[in-house]
Amino acid sequence: MPDRGPRSKLGVDANKEADMAKKQIVILGGGTGGTMTANRLRRRFENDAAEIHVVDRDDRHVYQPGLLFVPFGLAHSDEIVRPRRRQLRSGIAFHQRGVESVETDTNRVVLDDGTVLPYDVLVVATGVRLQPEETEGLSGLGWNERVFTFYTPEGAEALRGALDRFDGGRLVVNLVDMPIKCPVAPLEFAFLADWYLRERGVRTRTELVYSTPLDGAFTKPIASQRLGGLLTQKDIELVTEFNAGEVDGVGGVLRAFDGRELDFDLLVTVPLHGGAAYVERSPGLGDVLGFVPADKRTLQTPAKPNVFALGDATDLPTSKAGSVTHFEAEVLTENVARYFDGRDLDTSYDGHANCFIETGFHKALLIDFNYETEPLPGRFGPLPLLRESRLNHMGKLLFQWVYWHALLPGREVPGLGPAMPTAGKRPVPVHAT
Amino acid sequence: MTTATISATSVDRDAEGFLTDPQQWSERLAEEIARENGIEELTERHWLVVRFMRDRYLTTGSAPSIRSLGKESGVPVKELYQLFPKGPAKLAAKIGGIPKPKGCI
Repeated sequence: MPDRGPRSKLGVDANKEADMAKKQIVILGGGTGGTMTANRLRRRFENDAAEIHVVDRDDRHVYQPGLLFVPFGLAHSDEIVRPRRRQLRSGIAFHQRGVESVETDTNRVVLDDGTVLPYDVLVVATGVRLQPEETEGLSGLGWNERVFTFYTPEGAEALRGALDRFDGGRLVVNLVDMPIKCPVAPLEFAFLADWYLRERGVRTRTELVYSTPLDGAFTKPIASQRLGGLLTQKDIELVTEFNAGEVDGVGGVLRAFDGRELDFDLLVTVPLHGGAAYVERSPGLGDVLGFVPADKRTLQTPAKPNVFALGDATDLPTSKAGSVTHFEAEVLTENVARYFDGRDLDTSYDGHANCFIETGFHKALLIDFNYETEPLPGRFGPLPLLRESRLNHMGKLLFQWVYWHALLPGREVPGLGPAMPTAGKRPVPVHAT
Repeated sequence: MTTATISATSVDRDAEGFLTDPQQWSERLAEEIARENGIEELTERHWLVVRFMRDRYLTTGSAPSIRSLGKESGVPVKELYQLFPKGPAKLAAKIGGIPKPKGCI
């Protein structure tokens, strides 16, 4: 049963007229983007001006940056999961249901139990779906025995056990293909694995390999160069332009489409990502991979002017990351209000993203970039950019508190706005560093 | 950018050999670029992919990734790699006379 929303509190007959004018906002997804947007919109609109509905198929909100630490015993999956409905302000109806489809021509969402939610504005925030089954053999024999992903709480826990038992051999980290959530996470995993195996005294009998379909360690040149340098420093072999096509989880072979093979004793993979399954069942909403096209500055979708999208669910050319979602949520909230008023939309989202990159030994890097400007060295407030420091590592650890207590509730965080700051940054030619 | 003469026609290409103006493309040119890149003969399956890439670029302004290509063109990803070894999306774009597909972020 869905929670009782604001409508049921009012009494339908007595307030029929008020109800007619009341806007219906439906938000699909109760993760980072959906929760922030719901809470921001709830602050923005009085209860009698708008009803807000959030739909998600389960009640487990995962603090996803925490997943990286689970395999190394630095966090437990219980500590990074909280109930979704508890993160929503009062006056927001939570429906714990799957989505059957979105009908943009009639402005309706159909849930998997047949419930119909009509909307004036729809916000798509359903993130991505991992698709290990799309790579031959990946989810077959050996899955969660020799082949793991840390992108789910269950996978991260299983990998913790495997790493604990690991006694040397070949550990291969692979991302199958872009786009993936948090594109730096597999690199961070490799850095932390190096640290973890050294602490356990088995690093000298371990070959650590990082394989990627990209032509370098990362997508953007300066960051790619610096991160590639760190791989070399840590004696991690980098294999580029490796498009994984097939996995033999029993024999321990990862095969690329071009015929190259990587043997492994332990494979840590980031499987292919696609959009939520209902997107494919909703004509005109998404692309062939299930991602939802949206305007890169306003977050309005070309599907319909009253449909907006944010976060990992979109096809925008920026990172799929919580920081991106946070900055987008500010612009999206403003644009929902402007759409209701019939005003021009705010075009200020610039692709701003920032990410801490754990590098092991209690240090981390920080990168900050947008659609036009790649990650540059310099400073972001007190934090050094593109350079390892203990302060950045502290920042990453503190961030979990900020996430639950400031970002999700939709409070403003000083120094963290949608527009990318340029102060403190140094443009450098790629080869000068 | 360099100007190269292929099939007695002068065309503009970038450092990696991608045409900078898709309008300079022709089927004969495609065959020549294919040979330059180790594909002696363009079969019907090659042409299906090359035309799909080119049409998509000309109508939407961007070329599909390998994954979308595998889903939409009717040619599975595995076969794409057999047809265009190493980098199907890049090579098919090059042969189809459109710019190098942009990588993801």
